[in-house]
Amino acid sequence: MRSGPRPTPDRPAAPRSDGERTDGDRGAARAHRRERIARWLFLLPATAYLLLFFALPLVKNIVMSFQQYSATTFYTGEAPFTGLRNYAKVLSSDLFWQALLTTVLFTVGSVCGQFVLGLALALFFRRRFPLGDVLRSLLLLPWLLPLVVSGTTWKWMLDTDTGVVNRALRDLHLLSSGVPWLTGTSSALVSVILVNIWVGVPFNTAILYGGLQDIPAHLYEAAKLDGAGPTASFRYVTWPLLRPVAGVVLVLGVVYTVKVLDIILVVTGGGPADATQTLSTLSYELSFQRFEFGRGAATGNVLVVLSLAFALVYLRAGRRALNV
Amino acid sequence: MLSAAGRPTRPISALLGTLALVLAATGCGGAAGSGSAAGKVTSITALDYYTDASEHAQWSERLTACGRTAGVTVEHRSVPGASLVPQVLRQASSRTLPDLLMLDNPDLQRIAQTGALTPLDRYGIDSRGFAPGIVSAGSYQGRLYGLAPTVSTVALFYNKDMLAEAGVAVPRTWDELKTAAAGLTRPGRYGMAVDANATFEGAWQFLPFLWSNGGDERRLDTPQAAQALQLWVDLVKSGSMSKSVLNWTQADVHDQFAAGKAAMMVNGPWRTAALNRTPDLHWGVAPLPVRRPGQTLVTPLGGEVWTVPRNSSEDRRAKAARVLACLNDPTTMLATAKQYFTVPSRSAVASRYARQVPSMAAFVESVERSRTRTGRLGVRWPQAATGIYTAVQAALTGERTPKEALGDAQRTATDS
Repeated sequence: MRSGPRPTPDRPAAPRSDGERTDGDRGAARAHRRERIARWLFLLPATAYLLLFFALPLVKNIVMSFQQYSATTFYTGEAPFTGLRNYAKVLSSDLFWQALLTTVLFTVGSVCGQFVLGLALALFFRRRFPLGDVLRSLLLLPWLLPLVVSGTTWKWMLDTDTGVVNRALRDLHLLSSGVPWLTGTSSALVSVILVNIWVGVPFNTAILYGGLQDIPAHLYEAAKLDGAGPTASFRYVTWPLLRPVAGVVLVLGVVYTVKVLDIILVVTGGGPADATQTLSTLSYELSFQRFEFGRGAATGNVLVVLSLAFALVYLRAGRRALNV
Repeated sequence: MLSAAGRPTRPISALLGTLALVLAATGCGGAAGSGSAAGKVTSITALDYYTDASEHAQWSERLTACGRTAGVTVEHRSVPGASLVPQVLRQASSRTLPDLLMLDNPDLQRIAQTGALTPLDRYGIDSRGFAPGIVSAGSYQGRLYGLAPTVSTVALFYNKDMLAEAGVAVPRTWDELKTAAAGLTRPGRYGMAVDANATFEGAWQFLPFLWSNGGDERRLDTPQAAQALQLWVDLVKSGSMSKSVLNWTQADVHDQFAAGKAAMMVNGPWRTAALNRTPDLHWGVAPLPVRRPGQTLVTPLGGEVWTVPRNSSEDRRAKAARVLACLNDPTTMLATAKQYFTVPSRSAVASRYARQVPSMAAFVESVERSRTRTGRLGVRWPQAATGIYTAVQAALTGERTPKEALGDAQRTATDS
């Protein structure tokens, strides 16, 4: 649709090639060269930053995963090369596969919940009503709080004996005894998913709301004239036009969720009995609690590959969104 | 033309200027030294995990006083307990270790193994007169690397009013413990509280039950270990102990007890000052119960050892060693013990202390019999500890029976 000729950026005219080299031509060539150097220099800070803070840690992590990197390595600097032993150890442990399953459940649960709630709120806030804008801004609050603060608060609220959530459920006579939110193995996973949904809803709402604003109002008027009800206009107008944005939100959600560490560490610490141990918390535990950095790095790399796969999906989805 | 040629130069020079600034800034960072000119050492650094405001201030005072005897000022820093070892590893790799370093005693061998610590005999510090347990925790491959001024262990704390009201005597055996805990449980209150979280602290609290029943960290899949774990499972299953013990730290256990939400708890004497400050709390302390009468109670030895890391300056190390010796001299040790209700690590000082502070006599006695966590496994203790706390979690959540959970633990402990 938008395939018209793009305006080309200003570029100095190429030097004439008719053999007559004048002073002006030489000046132009010099200016051209200078400009090329300038362009590279402009690239330099970003490139240096990427190499230093992204490429270097990544390469270091990959190298580490093939080494026996222990606490001693920190002092002596000696890390014997062990080949694929770290990967074999990691992949052969039951905990890894359990953590992988937990990661999948955590990610799917969180992303679905965040998206559905985010979309519902975005649709709700599209209507105009008093204080609508204020409420929409307040919705961003969970995003502004440091995760350690909100995580600790959730941990208190979800306490089995003294937490406000169980207290409310008991006082409303919905339950006679409390739900073991953080102390039951299956309920703890549900709890961290719920907390993560709470954290992620503002992001989803904000992006989807933006997407909804881009849908021209006259399409809804036309749909109304054709006799479409709210369901039909969502089904045939909103959803098809929102799909590219929705795709981007979902894939970004997956990439953000698959690596979540802080919320789980604060709320459950990966417990009880490793029930909320995901690949990222497992990698953290191996590296910084058991000081088996090689195995921690190997686990981390599996996570990087998973994220990379989704990032590729995201890039393709992004391209599709632009082309629509 | 002129302007077109002139314009690009300005960004170039701006960029070069920025780069020069950045380089200058980073260059500057390397030049800043630690303020010790060659020869005379006037100040040394110390690192520990006493982050609590009053505790930090007290240790600063003590370090300053000992620094004065060695003719140096001490720059004292504290980091949270969980980040101390990672911090030390980072500092080891960048060769910026402090001159004086405190470590929790089960971590000492692991750090000594890396080569980052200096043996203390080089500075004329020996372990004569110290209780054997703490010397073994402070040694690696037969050489002394760290000394703790005071040591401690865990015991059973109980709320006197609650026991009297329920007509329950202080339990001495596991069966009595179960009956007492059930009898003390009320709506909104549990009979017993322990720390069963998935950390080394959780493993530490389980050890007295494991060891006193003849369990061994080198072989976790034994009936003795399963019996100990079954006790904790029974306490949770009967509702005498909250299932939240799975997430509680020792500090949380203390808070539950102090708030009257638990009638008994496993904790250490370092809580005494805080408990004494709690209004209307009448508490007592007793040895932890054993499975059957006649069994000997074996508790884990707690305490923080001070070490001298291997950094570049021999003069600084010598000064640090003098401060370390001062922290461990009988007078300072006795004052420290009185301040925190811990036990002096020199046997002679400990017995004098037991006479001066009779309420601590029970702890003095139990510390003598307590065992260090690294005593049998050395640097392999962390794996066993991981196995233990994982087994406790699996059993208390009901995911595994104690026997199955300990079988898994044994695999974790031996899988290096």
